[in-house]
Amino acid sequence: MLEAREFPPIFLCPVCKAPQLITSKYASTFLFIYQPPKSCQEVLLGITGKDFTLIAASKAAMRGATILKASDDKTRQLNKHTLMAFSGEAGDTVQFAEYIQANAQLYSMRNEADLSPSAMANFVRRELASSLRSRKPYMVNLLLGGVDPITDKPSLHWLDYLAALAPVPYAAHGYAQYYCLSILDKHHQPDIDLERGLELLRLCTDELKRRLPIDFKGVLVKVVTKDGIREIDYDDSKQVQSA
Amino acid sequence: MSRRYDSRTTIFSPEGRLYQVEYALEAISHAGTALGILAKDGIVLAAERKVTSKLLEQDTSAEKLNMICAVAGMTADANILINYARQAAQRYLLTFNEDIPCEQLVRRLCDLKQGYTQHGGLRPFGVSFIYAGYDPQRQFQLYQSNPSGNYGGWKATSVGANNASAQSLLKQDYKEDCDLKEACGMAVKVLSKTMDSTKLSSEKIEFATVGKTKDGKIYHHLWGAEEITALLKEHDLAKGEDAEMG
Repeated sequence: MLEAREFPPIFLCPVCKAPQLITSKYASTFLFIYQPPKSCQEVLLGITGKDFTLIAASKAAMRGATILKASDDKTRQLNKHTLMAFSGEAGDTVQFAEYIQANAQLYSMRNEADLSPSAMANFVRRELASSLRSRKPYMVNLLLGGVDPITDKPSLHWLDYLAALAPVPYAAHGYAQYYCLSILDKHHQPDIDLERGLELLRLCTDELKRRLPIDFKGVLVKVVTKDGIREIDYDDSKQVQSA
Repeated sequence: MSRRYDSRTTIFSPEGRLYQVEYALEAISHAGTALGILAKDGIVLAAERKVTSKLLEQDTSAEKLNMICAVAGMTADANILINYARQAAQRYLLTFNEDIPCEQLVRRLCDLKQGYTQHGGLRPFGVSFIYAGYDPQRQFQLYQSNPSGNYGGWKATSVGANNASAQSLLKQDYKEDCDLKEACGMAVKVLSKTMDSTKLSSEKIEFATVGKTKDGKIYHHLWGAEEITALLKEHDLAKGEDAEMG
């Protein structure tokens, strides 16, 4: 007779209480794959408009309850018009991002042409997916913003540590999702210009300051246009009153 | 003199030549003619189909990958390379979810071909290709490659038997920014002059085109016998009844 098989209890993220994936790679042992709580506290935002993609990433580098640095850059430029923002397990993030960056640069050198943002996103997804099925997966959440070099169309791709990929008009990772997606649902329009994009970003960061009980030390903002990637001077000093 | 240096592919002769590679090139010049013409809205590939040959069983044909290519030389060797190219193209599609750019695919094949001119013991592939393809970055493209692993982009080119005369005819007749229809006409005229038989028929030649539909989609088309006959009739090259009457 078959014995009733005992499943492990559903595992929840200790901080955000989201149910986490449990995979059994080897019959006898269960492998728990869950996001480190820290990654929920990091802010990643992305907004596309008619000719640009905005990426904002929190500037705090955290370890446990301590903030180590308030000017962290959680983005890497992959080629002339693709930018990747990342959050997650401390060493994994930079290691993975720079691995992707090196591969993107190798491709550009070999082929005298850059990968398009969507091709890049699919490449990153495959790398993450194969890592997920290894002994030590990368725990990295990503936003990939870019402008297609041929069609000049802006694009934004959302990837999480389970290697799920979605092309989206605007996106967020971590707790920021709960505050910002609803704002963007209401106000985002596909044909907005950069000025309006920055206004929407301001709405989002103000809301985060108002309601998120974490000091993420403001955001670093970069914009991708057909002319390339540049950092935008973003004033974080203003105090926001809570309701 | 050459005996000492031509048995191995990887040994240079004292004159600095690789005989096996040159012999492979020679093998191709016995195969049927194949030519390709780049037009502003597409590409045409045309090839002579050698039905029988008393010495070597060779023929030329068109193969579909994510591009189309015309083959001149040993069909068996070509099949290996075509299979390799298809795998390379699908692998690229799998990693990037995008079609492989034409030049990259051509280069992958040529890297393989080059390997056989350098790494020991095996003979080079006895095949030349003409590739016709499209990618969004460089639009329509025409390439040619040979057994040495060399490749180049062309506006109009030919391989196989009589390729020198076909080449000079193409050079004479080629018009910048001609359209696909004019290119087809030019292709059939050049073929009729370079082939041994004076009268053409749909059994003796093959046609393939790459083009764009009105709504901007790229199509690859290997022509049927009726279409070829219609084209031949249009240019008064058919061996049909009316030609004999006239």
